[in-house]
Amino acid sequence: MAFSQETIEFIKKECQRYETRRSAILPCLYRAQKEDPNNQVTPEAVAEMATLMELPEVQINEVLHFYTMYNKKPVGKLHVQVCTNISCSMNGGREMAEHLCKEFNVNYEEVSSDGRYTISRVECLGSCDTAPMMQVNDKYHENLTKEEAVKLLKDM
Amino acid sequence: MEIKLLSEHYDKPEFQGLDGYKKLGGYEPLKKAFQMQPKAIIEMVKESGLRGRGGAGFPTGVKWGFLPDNGEPRYLLCNADEGEPGTFKDRLMMERAPHQLIEGMIISAFAVGSHKGYIYIRGEYNEPTAILQKAIAEAYDAGLLGKNILGSGFDFDLDVYQGAGAYICGEETGMISSLEGKKGQPKLKPPFPAVQGYLGKPTIVNNVETLAAVKYIIRDGADGYRKHGTEKSAGTKLFSVSGNVMKPGTYEVPLGYKLMDLINIECGGLKPGRKLKAVIPGGSSAPVLTAAECADATMDYENLAQKGTMLGSGAVIIIDDTNCMVDMLKVILHFYHHESCGQCTPCREGTGWLHKIVSSIYSGTGRLQDIDLIQQVADHMAGKTICALSDAAAMPAVSFVQKFRSEFEFYVREGRSKVKGAVDAQV
Ligand SMILES: Cc1cc2nc3c(=O)[nH]c(=O)nc-3n(C[C@H](O)[C@H](O)[C@H](O)COP(=O)(O)O)c2cc1C
Ligand code: SF4
Ligand code: FES
Repeated sequence: MAFSQETIEFIKKECQRYETRRSAILPCLYRAQKEDPNNQVTPEAVAEMATLMELPEVQINEVLHFYTMYNKKPVGKLHVQVCTNISCSMNGGREMAEHLCKEFNVNYEEVSSDGRYTISRVECLGSCDTAPMMQVNDKYHENLTKEEAVKLLKDM
Repeated sequence: MEIKLLSEHYDKPEFQGLDGYKKLGGYEPLKKAFQMQPKAIIEMVKESGLRGRGGAGFPTGVKWGFLPDNGEPRYLLCNADEGEPGTFKDRLMMERAPHQLIEGMIISAFAVGSHKGYIYIRGEYNEPTAILQKAIAEAYDAGLLGKNILGSGFDFDLDVYQGAGAYICGEETGMISSLEGKKGQPKLKPPFPAVQGYLGKPTIVNNVETLAAVKYIIRDGADGYRKHGTEKSAGTKLFSVSGNVMKPGTYEVPLGYKLMDLINIECGGLKPGRKLKAVIPGGSSAPVLTAAECADATMDYENLAQKGTMLGSGAVIIIDDTNCMVDMLKVILHFYHHESCGQCTPCREGTGWLHKIVSSIYSGTGRLQDIDLIQQVADHMAGKTICALSDAAAMPAVSFVQKFRSEFEFYVREGRSKVKGAVDAQV
């Protein structure tokens, strides 16, 4: 799938924004991921980025594989990232993650059969005073119980 | 008692926007700074005793003084990666008071002679990023950023750059690599960023809270700032308190404040019927304190160093008697193993080994000699690598085992936690 015209414009603008074109790789990868129907960055997208940005593919792949927020395989419509680091673990974060997998009948990092959910366990999200918490796509949801988390996700 | 310098207006929604911020005294210190010589500002920051709030506690004015006088362009980078587990105070500031950070950065840039700055913010912080971008746009419209700021003749451009989920990008040289659009792998120091940083140019990296504090040093003077805190730990500090307390949150207290007061007064104490077991005083990299050690601990660089731990990022994690220390350590080591960038063998292998050993104890298959093995592996990790992540994994591991050895021994012997119910539900 080729990039939309807006994304092409975005990439061109980002390439001018920083001191070096290479710095535009991170923001452009986000953009490519947002546009992908499976919320991931495909090899085709990398190739198209490389052409548009006039950068070698290897530089883009280096970044793609180093950072955890770029998905290298399909992700559900709702990417549910539950913090299981220390303060959240002390307050039920791990049970919450487990409960969500059961409730939506899906293993960690996989896509539920209806295509809606991917559940991940992630490191501290900087919201430890509101534990347990989760990030769903771009947004934080804090001070949860596992039941509230399920309800919230079903209502989205 | 809390002393609100930075956080004075965080509960006022209007403080987020430029008008509200200005009404509450915002950008007055900047005008004052423009009346001063840049060198005099650096001196003032030195005299204030301000130390970096990002983790290492290096004196800010001294760092600024390391910039070479070679006519090269200089960059000012704000470290808003905030990845140290337990830390959330920078997010609060960026959400409630984006202009406080921007003003601190303009003043700091003026002092160090930088005309371009970036706020490097972690990828997950979408909301704070949007708030910052809006505030930066407001500042440009009001002539507070860009060319000839407020008629001072000083130019400064500021942009926000989002990371993409890597704790190691909080380490300053890793952050610089990331901002250059590369893997966020740290580089060997020296050269320090002040000499050779972003794109090989002289670069100052400071934490969000450090840069914001500069504004208050200008406002109140070095002596005014020093009125708070202790001789060696001047000023106030934002502490992120989490874990088993009634009121977790961000609290600003003078450095030197009693840890137990922070827990009992600011945070409303522990839950009824619970007993304090341990406190991690400076983020998950900091060695743990036992409840007995907490009794006379004060929250400043020197007292915590004396106790063999550190103030770090000011992330205070309160652990009560319902938690299993083997379990806690396993969670911490999982993190460092996951986040090691893999360049240095002692770190890449060591974090993996530590996590494996503690996991095997946790799953009931540990051996008594494994407890000493943790110490041995840790000995091979500290001080032998490019960056401090390796130490950050080794230090808590050693402290947990030394201070809570009986819990580790019980776990090995019985194949289960000494703390009833603590890990049954876990996976
Ligand atoms: C593994 C590692 C992670 C770090 N993460 C952060 C961070 O998230 N935020 C931060 O301000 N400093 C972090 N630091 C410290 C920075 O390297 C650097 O010392 C700091 O940004 C300097 O600013 P300051 O002097 O104002 O504290 C980290 C250091 C290490 C070794
Ligand atoms: S110490 Fe660890 S995280 Fe730091 S550079 Fe070496 S391998 Fe990477
Ligand atoms: S430990 Fe979960 S947000 Fe920090």
